[in-house]
Amino acid sequence: MSGPEKDTTMEKFSTLTGIAAPLPLVNIDTDMIIPKQFLKTIKRSGLGVNLFDEMRYDRQGNEIADFVLNQPAYREASILVAGDNFGCGSSREHAPWALLDFGIRCVISTSFADIFYNNCFKNGILPVVLPQDDVAKLMDDAERGANATLTVDLESQTITGPDGGTIAFEVDPWRKHCLLNGLDDIGLTLEKAASIDAFEARAAAERPWV
Amino acid sequence: MSGKTLYDKIWEAHLAHEAEDGTCLLYIDRHLVHEVTSPQAFEGLRMAGRTVRAPEKTIAVPDHNVPTTPGRENPDQMPEDSRIQVAALDTNARDFGIHYYPVSDIRQGIVHIVGPEQGWTLPGMTVVCGDSHTATHGAFGALAHGIGTSEVEHVLATQTLIQKKSKNMKVEITGKLRPGVTAKDITLSVIGATGTAGGTGYVIEYCGEAIRDLSMEGRMTVCNMAIEGGARAGLIAPDEKTFDYVMGRPHAPKGAQWEAALAWWKTLYSDDDAQWDKVVTIAGEDIAPVVTWGTSPEDVLPITATVPAPEDFKGGKVEAARRSLDYMGLTPGQKLSDIEIDTVFIGSCTNGRIEDLRAAAEILKGKTIKVKRAMVVPGSGLVRAQAEEEGLAEIFQQAGFEWRMAGCSMCLAMNPDQLSEGERCASTSNRNFEGRQGYKGRTHLVSPAMAAAAAVTGKLTDVREMM
Ligand code: SF4
Repeated sequence: MSGPEKDTTMEKFSTLTGIAAPLPLVNIDTDMIIPKQFLKTIKRSGLGVNLFDEMRYDRQGNEIADFVLNQPAYREASILVAGDNFGCGSSREHAPWALLDFGIRCVISTSFADIFYNNCFKNGILPVVLPQDDVAKLMDDAERGANATLTVDLESQTITGPDGGTIAFEVDPWRKHCLLNGLDDIGLTLEKAASIDAFEARAAAERPWV
Repeated sequence: MSGKTLYDKIWEAHLAHEAEDGTCLLYIDRHLVHEVTSPQAFEGLRMAGRTVRAPEKTIAVPDHNVPTTPGRENPDQMPEDSRIQVAALDTNARDFGIHYYPVSDIRQGIVHIVGPEQGWTLPGMTVVCGDSHTATHGAFGALAHGIGTSEVEHVLATQTLIQKKSKNMKVEITGKLRPGVTAKDITLSVIGATGTAGGTGYVIEYCGEAIRDLSMEGRMTVCNMAIEGGARAGLIAPDEKTFDYVMGRPHAPKGAQWEAALAWWKTLYSDDDAQWDKVVTIAGEDIAPVVTWGTSPEDVLPITATVPAPEDFKGGKVEAARRSLDYMGLTPGQKLSDIEIDTVFIGSCTNGRIEDLRAAAEILKGKTIKVKRAMVVPGSGLVRAQAEEEGLAEIFQQAGFEWRMAGCSMCLAMNPDQLSEGERCASTSNRNFEGRQGYKGRTHLVSPAMAAAAAVTGKLTDVREMM
């Protein structure tokens, strides 16, 4: 059962075929993904234009031609291939919101920071962790731009490259289930209200000072 | 069966439900809320017709956007977008009936300073906040970590979090610290040793003589930056210092409840035969006063060292170091102690507590600053008041520091306190990321004493030379 309707009902993720943009930098932090001046919104939407803002635009707001998402081949990218420890730093969920609003539905790296990784799943973005060699291979594919789309299939847990080669990836079964079905966590947890009530009663007896 | 870690014990005491696949619902004792990461969560509740399950366990305070200049109760002092965000928190706190400390309240301050100060944070609790530095509260032996906005909404609605258990890491700091070495140097040195991803997937417990010797303020500084090492949370087992700090705080238990609490708190330690997934040991004597040279907190070196070269590193870090040096405007081989500083910032949830201000004031006494600008932003209104009472404010002001109101301020520069392009800052905060303290601003992370030393000499300085 999915939760009640709201504007943020999570988009389902099944298969995604799209252009992958290479970002071969390690430790890309959430301040880089969406700088703080854009955190003053009280909405989730509209952050895509400011994704990677300080790398993407100069001080006058002109695009920096070199930056990967400004290059014609990558403007429609829906996948990012990035260096180690992607999404470190601040817990801001504005980072996945900005990625999603730009159109990125999948990020591939050797490792992700915990909070960011978690935030992705809550927003219909699939973060894929792969060994260094696989990421290097996909980074090469991504360098080829629009001539080289990737297909990410969550059901079979595979990524198929432009040359037909397939890479398998791991994902937590529960998170996969929620992503495939676009499930609302809160609705699911509220179904366990009886367990929470019971815990609260027990805790109130054992630790009444809390 | 082997013994349990402190993390295991707190986890088990808060497990509300466990599914067959190991997915758990962890009950949350304290939920701290600030204005930046919560509006969308409250909006989500409203749209779904949900309420806050445990408003009495939920505490809100505006800190990220608030101006730190006098007269700030007047909302016109804030730019429109900040004003809207703070006003949204006002409304949400009122509508949902949660505890609230508005800017006009002397108890207002940085959420991670207010929580412990008011006795909301207690040993053995689970504490979350839509903010990565929630790890700070681990200093009390509370399992505390940052969450995203969707999770904020989840906790508001259900008072639980969907979690999988992390691995256990023990970080032991043995022996004594040398003079001039502080909690900030410990925590930065640990990140230097493990890297910013070294703690990913772990909860760290800090232990060892050097940790035991720290005050509660120092322990908070250490745990605060656990997240900078990638860890979900940092923990320190509670002891007499912890209990002394907590006793008598407004929301701490009293009387018979205190006795009952104390009895349980005293069981909160890792058993001798507990199993660790990873152990890191650092000798306290080997830690020096450190500074960061790059744009990641792992880019840390003793103040006596020189700026490294990109070729000193391996793999993706070579390119990252090149980019950092370029951004920071530094040359390999340059002595760190020759780097000239424009601005000094003392504050943040890492180092905005009374002990931090005392340490800085100690260095500044009777001296004047050589930097263009220096500011102290106390972590809370109460820290500010105490510093005034102790005469610290006067020392700062006579030295040429601006004496500000409480908030996050230049730690992340969401309010008007920002670095300008190329401006170089010695900062007691926790992140030296590109643009963190202002567009193209350059940040060197240091301890409060080292920040004060830099203010006096105009350069990054080994504080031991001034002691
Ligand atoms: S002081 Fe800095 S790190 Fe701490 S909560 Fe505020 S912005 Fe975050």
